[in-house]
Order: sequence, then C-alpha cells, then structure tokens
Amino acid sequence: MTSHVSAALAPGGDIPAPHIEYGQIMPILLVLGVAVAGVLVEAFVGRTWRYTVQVPLAFLGLAGGFAWTIVLGLRDETHAVAAEGALGVDGPTLFLQGTILILALVSLLLIADRGTGSFAAQAAALPGSEAEQRTTAAGIIQTEVFPLLMFAVGGMLIFPASNDLLTMFVGLEVMSLPLYLLCGLARRRRLLSQEAAVKYFLLGSFSSAFFLYGIALLYGYAGSVKLGDIAAEAGRDAGSETLLLGGIALLALGLLFKLGAVPFHMWKPDVYQGAPTPITALMASCTLVSAFGAMLRVFFVAFENLTWEWRPAMWGVSIITMIAGAVIAITQTDIKRMLAYSSIAHAGFLLTGVIATSREGLSSTLFYLAAYGFTTVGAFAVVTTVRDAGGEAGHLSRWAGLGKRSPLIAGVFAFFLLAFAGIPLTSGFTGKFAVFKAAVEADATPLVVVGVISSAIAAFFYVRVIVVMFFSEPEADGPTVVVSPATAAAVVLGLAATVVLGVLPQPVLDLAGHAATQMFVR
Amino acid sequence: MKAEGIQAASWLLVALPLAGAAILLIGGKRTDKWGHLLGVAMSVASFGVGAAMFVQMLGYGAEERRRTVHLWDFIDVGSFTVGMDLLVDPLSISFVLLITGVGSLIHIYSIGYMSHDPDRRRFFAYLNLFVAAMLLLVLGGNYLILFLGWEGVGLASYLLIGFWQHKPTAATAAKKAFVVNRVGDIGLVLAISLMFATFGSIGFDQVLGEGAEHAGLASQLSTGTATAIGLLLLLGACGKSAQLPLQSWLLDAMEGPTPVSALIHAATMVTAGVYLIVRSAPIFEMSDTAQLVVTIVGAATLLAGAIIGCGKDDIKKALAGSTMSQIGYMHLAAGLGRTGYVFAIAHLIAHGFFKAGLFLGAGSVMHGMNDDVNMRRFGGVRGFMMITYATFGLGYLAIIGFPFLSGWFTKDGIIEAAYAKEGTSGIILGSCALIGAGITAYYMSRVMFMTFFGEKRWADDVHPHESPKVMTVPLMVLAIGSVFAGGFLVLGGFAEFLEPVVGKPEHEHHFAWLTAPGAATFVLMLIGAGIAWRQYGARPVPREQPAGSFLTVAARKDLYGDALNESLLMRPGQWLTRLAVWFDGRGVDGAVNGVAAGIGGTSGRIRRIQTGFARSYALSMVFGAAVIVAALLVVNVA
Repeated sequence: MTSHVSAALAPGGDIPAPHIEYGQIMPILLVLGVAVAGVLVEAFVGRTWRYTVQVPLAFLGLAGGFAWTIVLGLRDETHAVAAEGALGVDGPTLFLQGTILILALVSLLLIADRGTGSFAAQAAALPGSEAEQRTTAAGIIQTEVFPLLMFAVGGMLIFPASNDLLTMFVGLEVMSLPLYLLCGLARRRRLLSQEAAVKYFLLGSFSSAFFLYGIALLYGYAGSVKLGDIAAEAGRDAGSETLLLGGIALLALGLLFKLGAVPFHMWKPDVYQGAPTPITALMASCTLVSAFGAMLRVFFVAFENLTWEWRPAMWGVSIITMIAGAVIAITQTDIKRMLAYSSIAHAGFLLTGVIATSREGLSSTLFYLAAYGFTTVGAFAVVTTVRDAGGEAGHLSRWAGLGKRSPLIAGVFAFFLLAFAGIPLTSGFTGKFAVFKAAVEADATPLVVVGVISSAIAAFFYVRVIVVMFFSEPEADGPTVVVSPATAAAVVLGLAATVVLGVLPQPVLDLAGHAATQMFVR
Repeated sequence: MKAEGIQAASWLLVALPLAGAAILLIGGKRTDKWGHLLGVAMSVASFGVGAAMFVQMLGYGAEERRRTVHLWDFIDVGSFTVGMDLLVDPLSISFVLLITGVGSLIHIYSIGYMSHDPDRRRFFAYLNLFVAAMLLLVLGGNYLILFLGWEGVGLASYLLIGFWQHKPTAATAAKKAFVVNRVGDIGLVLAISLMFATFGSIGFDQVLGEGAEHAGLASQLSTGTATAIGLLLLLGACGKSAQLPLQSWLLDAMEGPTPVSALIHAATMVTAGVYLIVRSAPIFEMSDTAQLVVTIVGAATLLAGAIIGCGKDDIKKALAGSTMSQIGYMHLAAGLGRTGYVFAIAHLIAHGFFKAGLFLGAGSVMHGMNDDVNMRRFGGVRGFMMITYATFGLGYLAIIGFPFLSGWFTKDGIIEAAYAKEGTSGIILGSCALIGAGITAYYMSRVMFMTFFGEKRWADDVHPHESPKVMTVPLMVLAIGSVFAGGFLVLGGFAEFLEPVVGKPEHEHHFAWLTAPGAATFVLMLIGAGIAWRQYGARPVPREQPAGSFLTVAARKDLYGDALNESLLMRPGQWLTRLAVWFDGRGVDGAVNGVAAGIGGTSGRIRRIQTGFARSYALSMVFGAAVIVAALLVVNVA
C-alpha cells in the first residue's frame, strides 16, 4: 500500500485534501471544463443561439488544451506524476495528448460543418415517426454533440495518462460512454446508426467487464492498482502467477477491444459504418491514439519485466490482426467498412511497435499514430463530401468514375489511400518503416515479414478504389461532390500532414524520439 | 583559376537558350508569332557572350587561359561532392564559338526553311534546347555535368529527328537514334562510375590535371584501368558520333528537318564523341591499346561512311554517310595522341562549316524541288539557283580537299599525322585515310553532278527556284567559312592556342605546303572526281535506280548495318522478351492470380463470420479471451 492511501486511512479521521498539480493536467481540466460549460449552454441558452455558442466554445477548449500541452512540452522538466500519482505527465503523454487534441480539432471541423448535416435533428425521435419529420422540417440542429464530444476527448486525454488502473478505467468509461451516444446520432439511415450504437454499447460494456476483472486479478496479485507497484511486484517474482497472467490477459483484452484487434474487432466495421462519418473520423483517429497510448503505458510500465510472458500471445494477436484486417477488407463493398478493416490492419501494424518494447518501438508507434490519425481523418472527411440524394454515397460502386467527375477530390482520396498502403513520400511509408524497423531491431523479424505481406494484400484494395475512381465510367446519376469550407479545411489539414510527414518527417520523428527519451514516469 | 569578368558569367551561355526553350515551350501558342525571333535572338546572344569570352581569353597569357566557374554544389552526399562547375579553356571556347556561330546561322536559315510549318515555334524551342545542352556538354567542368549535357543533346536530337512525328518513318528513326544512343550512354556512365571508383572524383581538375602536362590522377593509372576507362569512353563516343558499330542511327536521323541534320547531325552534336576523347586525352595517353582502338574505329568508319555515301540517291543520306566518314577522320586523329588532337579539332571546326553549308544547300535545293530528296530526279538545277549552287560548290571543293580550301588544310593534316605514326599501323591507318579521301572525292562529285549538272530530270509540276534571302545569306557566310576556316586555323596558330589543353606534340609539326601524302591525296582526289564525272557527268543519269554491283547494293543498304543489328541484337532480344512474356504470363501471372484468387476466396469466407449479431460478436470475444488466457497460462506456467 502506498503512503497516501494509508495516510488517508490514518486514525484521527482527518481526510487530507489531495494535492493536485493543476498546471500539469490543465489540458484535461480545460476540455472537461468546456464539456461542463457545454451542458450549461444546452440548459440555459436559447435553441437558436446554441450552435453559435457551442462551436467556438468547443474550438477554444480544444485549441487551449493543445496550446497548454505545447507549453508543457516546451518546459525542460516535463516528467512528473500529478494528482497524487494518478496521472503521469511525461513525454509520451504530452505527445499523445497533443496528437489527440489536434486530431479532435480537425474532427471538430467536420462535426461542426452544418453543410453536410450529419447529425439527427432529434436523436430521441423514432426513426420514420412524425416527430422526426417535424423536427427535421424545423431545421433544428442537435448541439448536444459538442459537450458529448468534449467529454469523450477528456476521457481520451485521461486514458493514456493514467498511472493507475482505476484512473485508467475511469478514463476508459469517460471516453466510451459519450461515444456510444454519438454513434447513434446519424441523420440518415438512423436505424443503422442506432443499431451501431447499441452494439458498440453492449460489446464495449462487455469488454469493460473483462478489463475490470483484469484489474481485480492484478490487484489480487500485487495488492495495488498502480502500474509502478505491479511492475515492482512482478520483478520480485512472488505471488500467484495465475493471478498475474490472467490479469495481464484480461487487461490486454480490454485494451485490444478498443484498438479493434482481432478477434475483438467485430464491432469496428458495424460501428464505423453506422456512426455519423465525422464521429467515425473521431473514433478512427483520436480513440485509436488514446487506446494505443494506454496500451503502451500498461505494457511498458506495469508489464515491463514480463516481456517474455506476454509477447507470444501478443505476437499471435498482431499477426492475426494484420492478416485478417487486410484479407477481409478485400471483399468489402462499403467505403466506410473498408476503411474500418483498413484501420484494423493498421492496428496490427502498430502492435508490432508495441511488441518491440524498446525506445524506438515507443517513438515509432507515437509517430505512426500521429501520421495515421491525420490521414484517416482526411480520408473520412473526403467520404463526407461524396453525396447523393440519400446522404453519403457509401457503396463503392457509386464512386465509379469519380476521378472524371471531380478529379481534385478523387486525387486527394487516392493520395490518402496510397498513404494507407504505405507508398513512399507519404506519411504512411515513414510510419510503417519506423515501426517495422523497431520491430526488426527487437528481434521480431517474422512479425515484420507478416506485416509486409499483409501490406501487399492491403495495397490491393486501396488501389482497387483508385481504379474504380479513375478507370471506370461514371454512373449517369452518380453522386456529386459537395465541399463546404470547414470540410475542405479538414481535408487540407489531413493532406498537408500526410505530405509533410512523408516528405519531411524528420522534425516530427525527432519530436516523437524526444518524447520517448525518458520513457514513462511511474 | 577562377574566371573573372564576362567569363564568370559563362553560365549565361547555357541559360540564355535554355530560357528561350522554356519560354517557347511553356508559352505555347501565344508565342507563335514571335517565337522564331526569340529563338534566333537567344542563340545570337549566346554567340555574343561566347565571342566576348573569347576576346577576354586572348588577353590572357597561355598559362592563364584555363578558368573555372563554380555555380553551386550539384550533388553533396557524404564524401561525394559534384559541383555545378563550368570550365572555360581554349578547347571549350572553340566549341562554344562553333556551336553558337554555326547554330545562329542555322537558326536564321530555319526562319525561312520552316516558314510554312505550323509548328515552327516548337521547332525553335527544341533548337534552343539543343544549343543549351550542347554548350553545357562542352563547358561542363566535370564528367557528370558533361553527361548532363550529353543526355540533353540526346533528348533534343530525339525530339528533332521525330519532329514530323506524323510520319511513321520519322517516329521510328527518332526511337532508333534514342535506343542506339542509350547503348553508348551506358558506356559513358560506366566510364564515369569506374573513374569515381578509381579516383574518388570525376572533376576534370582532379582527374585530368590543370595544365598541359596532364598531371592529374589519370597520370597514375595502371594500363589496365586506363584501357577499360578509355574503351568505355570510346563506346559512349561511338554512340553519339555514329561510329562503328553504333553508326546505324545517323542515316535514319535524316528524317528530321534539314536544318536539324545540318546543326545536330553534321556540325555539332555528332562531334561530341571527338570532344570527349580529346578532353579525356590524359586517360587515353595512359593506354596504347585504347588509343589504337580509337584509330581503328575511326579508320573503319571513315571507309564505311564513304562507301555508304557512294550508294545513296537520297541527297541527305549521301551527306550523312559523308558525315560518318569525316567524323571517322576526326576519331582517327584523336586516337593518334598529341600529334593528332589539333588536327582532330581543326578538322571538326572546318567540317562544321562546310558540312553545315552542304546540308543547308541541300535543304535549299529541296526547298525549290517540292521537298524531293532523290538526286535521280534533280539534274541541271544550277541554272535556277545560282547562290545555292555557288555555296554548295565551295563546300564541295572544301570537303574533297581541293588545295587551299578548308578541307585541304585539315584533312591532309590528318593523313600526314596518320602516316607519321610509328610502325605498320601508321602505314595502314594513313592508307585508309588516303583511300577514304579518294572515295570522298568520288561520292561528293557524284552528288554535285547528279544535282547541279546534266539534263533536267524533275517532274513537270516542279518549279525550281532560289530560296529567300534569309536562307541564302547563312549559306554565303558558311561558304566563306568553308573556304577560309581551315587555312585560318592551321596557319593562324590554332595548335599553339590549344596547346595549354592538349599538350605539346612529341615531334614539332611544321606546316608544309607540299608533302608526299598531300600530293598523293591530290592525285587520288582527281581520280575519284574523274570517275564520278565519267559515270554521272558525261553520261545521262537514269531516273530509275539501276541494279548496281554487289558493292553498290551493299552501300545502299548501309553495308548491312541494320541487318547485322537485327540478327545480332534485335531478334535475340525479341526472343528474350517473348520468353519473358511467356514466363510472366504462365508462371508469374499464374502464381499471382492464383494467390489473389485464394486470398479473395478466403476473404469471402471469413467475412461471413461477421454476422451482424452482437451475440456472435460477444462469443468471438469470449473465445478470444479464452485463447489469450490459455496461451499465457500454457506458455508460462506449464
């Protein structure tokens, strides 16, 4: 038991106020504060003004958090535990939080875009009911999205920063609950959207139960939920190994579920397809970054001495994730489902960086996350622009001949696809190269071989989309491309990051390397 | 030594025509009206800069004439640094004046010649591009920059041969030139690579040394390496200069517009091989074998080209054979070492004048004859185009080596130098050159008689007429060069001028008005011209090609060069590609398609697991959890 817990239970009954380093955790506080303010706005501001107030508020919250993260990063001494050891504010945390905040900002551009109108006017109205038609006709815009988004982002910031498993669980839930709701808010094809939300909720709760059970087992083993204490206890090689190994397995399961690793991936295609596309963009980028951040922290800190124990199982998960993601994507006909499987395959590639458990593995995974996040936000932003009468044109066949109809947007999308495939001069190549290099140096060459083979398989379906867009005749009543300024800005940001991280990756590689120099605090 | 004054701005030489090309190509149709004028202006401006540089150079002492200009670091990787360096010395300035001088005249001539072509602007853009690349080639201060220009002229040549790409023959000829040149270029690339591997540098300063004593790294070369580098350089030179065995493209290259044939495929680009060998003299001097091979290639080509020239009825192809032959003379001279360099370059410059004049004259004739090139349908043209006749005639006298004209000074010099070489090789080479002179007189007289003399053989709808001033004035200027250039160079101290670059010859060579080889050449020339007169001057020329002897047929077929290429290279190449295609289709594609089908089928089956039911998803999670827990426990506890 650590000192402050025993101090809290000290005789005399006085409960000392915990010491909180507000400066260190200000980004989290800012985002959550804006979320609370957003709820108040919903309660007290008139319907007509809500959108006008919520958007700048959310924007300021995220931008302020990002700015604060940069300020924290620029200080010399960035490595400390905060809030009585509950949160670790170190290089990786700041890098991850910065990445999450900037990606959330880009996603916010999509979410706030009124032109595309991705969200239901009244989520509670039954699909197809009179109430729905009435609210839609009234042109009402759902603004609960913004506080929900901010809560989710707050959870995402806590998740990878948490230094003990309970805080991590709280972060996980703060992140997940709003996301469940957000998934059900699609304006069109609402039944699909609501189905996705329910599935995500059910499976997410299921995985949370595993996660929680894993925490319990580890507490049983180490007598503490602090990551550092678990590592210390494991180093002493005492206690029941069954508890420890079971704990590792179940905790890993909870994390792997959030990443969408096979065989815990099945929610991903359904949810990505059903959710409003801006929310899909948020999940595909920020949630992935956050979940990988937590994964890195757990495996680099708590299980650092247990590499030999968990590696074989993680090898298996990584291999099957890469292959299954790439193979199943081949037969997908819906663009969002295809991107979901692509995201699964990428989770597999990223896992090779985690398995490397080296400084290079950490820094390369951080870089890959940033690079992939931008590309994926950009890709989903493009998906929102290709529309027909029924909303987004999701089916691949509808994209036929888009290169002739709208060469610019098709060209940009083709570039994103090439980045996913890892073609040189895109960020995807740099990221993949970095994690594979780290994996080879950590004697995981077979993993890299599998990774390269599945990259080759994956290249097939990426290029197939390009072929469909550029070498097929357009349909007569094909979809049109509608680009509003906010979406265009998101596409441009994604494109710029994909190009810059592909052509001139060194500054960001250095940044990730610098963030990883002192590894994690505990 | 660093360049100063106008020489420091020698980059202008390249930049001006390059800018011209860029403006004309990017500007597109908007520049159609004045495009040709801009092209001419850029070329003339380049000539102006070159002339000013030349004047400045004359002001320096002989030892100070070598100046370098470092513009920027072209490649800077680790220990490998290659600068964008230019070298201004007597050798490069000679080329600069030839290229810009003759080039400008041909630019001017083209205004008239291409006046009816809708794509005249594009033509001038390519011409400018060529001039820029050629100047970069001769000004480059290291082998990489030389190679940059080398490839640039190759590109310009390709574009201009295929300028009338609507003609399949022109498109094919362009491709052929490009492909054959690739073979040579590989030799040059390998030579440069070998130099870098051997010396660690490819700069002229380091490899060749900075003075006439040739005291660069090349002077420490072993004979074997020197031979290897020398032969690879020669392969490059053979490609660019249409020497055996890479000669086949030049005759086809006549598909390009005639000014192109005059500028690129007679006066300048095809002489780049000679420049390369003379510039690399310090390397060749380290290997007798390499030098000997150069002379053999030169001698063989000069005979082959001359024989081909005898069999052609196409006036341009006859002149192309002649070009091959004359460049063969230059290679022969360049292979002779220090005694030959000066004559190689002097003949190159003189040849630049009279061959450009001959080609442009031929173009002028074609211009008046509805673009016909078949000499059997000319005849008696001289009465209709006196200026063309007179200038062509002076060029003709110059090339056959009529006393006191350009060719007499420079070609006889080469023949004498060849005889002066020690051993039997000198006698053989000299005799080849001597016989070549006789054949030259024959085929050139044949061209002359068939075109300008005899009875009219053209069709009724052809109305020969003199070309406009814009075409005839360049002809006249070139004719002056044909007459005086050789004498000016040989008597005017060109040898001393080049000495700081190519070095002093072992035996001091003094010009003599009467020598034994000179007299023999004169006699052979008269015999050659006499036979031509008997066959084509005194007798009517049949309008249809007669069957001809075995040798004539061989000459008409370019001495079976194409047949040789086809059977030795093309057919085996085609078999190889067919084999590769077969293997690709059956083997590789079979495997690839099989794997793809397998993966696709697997994908189709696996995706059925994704049923859409949350319960089955949850089941899969439980299954996964069980496997992971079991895996951890089994691996570690057991």
